[in-house]
Amino acid sequence: MKKDDVPQDDSATYQGQRKLLYAVDNEGNYQGVTSTGWEVESFATQMAVDDLAQQTDQALAQAKAGEVSALYYHMLNLRFDICSLAQTTGFFQWQIKRHFKPTIFAKLSDKKLTSYGEVMKLTIHQLKELPTSND
Amino acid sequence: MTEIKLTIEHQQSSHCETGVLSTLLRAKGLALSEPMIFGLSSALTFVYLPMVKIGGMPLVAYRMPPKTIIKSVCKKLKIKLHSQKFSNPEQGMQALDDELAKGNLVGLQSSVYWLPYFPEDMRFHFNAHNLVVYGKTAEGNYLISDPVFEELVECPSEDLKRARFAKGVLAPKGLMYVVREVPDNIDLTPHIYSSIAKTAKMMRGLILPFFGIKGINFLSKKIRNLASAKPKYTKLFLANIVRMQEEIGTGGAGFRFMFASFMAEAAQLTDNQELKAAAEEATAVGDNWRDFAMDSVLFCKKRKDVTLEDVANKLSQCGEQETALRQTLLAIKAH
Repeated sequence: MKKDDVPQDDSATYQGQRKLLYAVDNEGNYQGVTSTGWEVESFATQMAVDDLAQQTDQALAQAKAGEVSALYYHMLNLRFDICSLAQTTGFFQWQIKRHFKPTIFAKLSDKKLTSYGEVMKLTIHQLKELPTSND
Repeated sequence: MTEIKLTIEHQQSSHCETGVLSTLLRAKGLALSEPMIFGLSSALTFVYLPMVKIGGMPLVAYRMPPKTIIKSVCKKLKIKLHSQKFSNPEQGMQALDDELAKGNLVGLQSSVYWLPYFPEDMRFHFNAHNLVVYGKTAEGNYLISDPVFEELVECPSEDLKRARFAKGVLAPKGLMYVVREVPDNIDLTPHIYSSIAKTAKMMRGLILPFFGIKGINFLSKKIRNLASAKPKYTKLFLANIVRMQEEIGTGGAGFRFMFASFMAEAAQLTDNQELKAAAEEATAVGDNWRDFAMDSVLFCKKRKDVTLEDVANKLSQCGEQETALRQTLLAIKAH
């Protein structure tokens, strides 16, 4: 990539940060060049972020309707998935899936809730709460 | 609490591990650029592991696993690196403070997600980030030189503790490292040739189909087969590859440009024209990876002139180019 071809697309996903890329100058030497973003990359990032946001919104609606527990919403909102939540809390995946059922979640001991809370940086109270809208 | 602020020459880098090592070594009087460190560690590769899922998407990587770079460069150049993990977070934070009090810059492994200074869209549960702590404010905030950021940053103690002791895959366990001693008069030349030879050998891949050029072709085949998958999955699958290639501190084109830069620097150091030519070839490989990323995104945007077949072909082409580059690298002789 030529130095002049380093994209400067002011990507919103960078939030004003700049990133270092390696590019070739006119004499053919390599050097670090900062970039404010690349439209191609930010499209991919945005797509992944939007997909997650959509899943989280859906989870919030489901949790409010009483179809799933608040845990399911918090998991997605904090960018965890069942796999990463299992690895961090030490619960088995089947246990976590069980905790997604509102009736079972409501009866969870404070000890189990604390395990989730520690990993997710939430208090037991926050873990049981749902926001009015997801933002 | 008294403020500690050590002198540091912050230099923005593309990648965290190479950047941190470059900063730590420079402070000890050894000036090695980020690309030079990357090249010497023979960290360039390609990995596609369909069975390892991250956020529901398969693992795609363009370099060797975390910690490879620091370990291999320190071993090769006989740099004395003291590293330590902790089972108790309090002890881990105390040890960090002790090193700072002794006047040492400290490298840390941490999670990305819990560092508050990261842009929201870049925060995800990745545990193998690296940064340098160069001091602590009177209020107890840590002063950090994070290599992927332009400016120096600050992080509250609680957040840094959480980030250092995040659990899960690649859990940092508070890993902390300090460069103790750097040998004088290092001759890089033999290391340059041996690391290029190693990179070239690894490019073909192991017996399994997931690595190197084999891995590239395997992924290309997978993309071809996505024609029968749900459109949404196909899009997210391609976006995931593009993100791994471009988003996460790779210096562009999945470390290919950084590798080319290493070859160019090596050519100057050794005055070997073969290396210069190989650098140009590596640049062309990188350019093609960027085109692949662009085609993938154009396909996601439903541009009619880009088909899934085109995207897969572009990737196969990257594989062919890397095969040729491998031959070039293998033919390079020290002189």
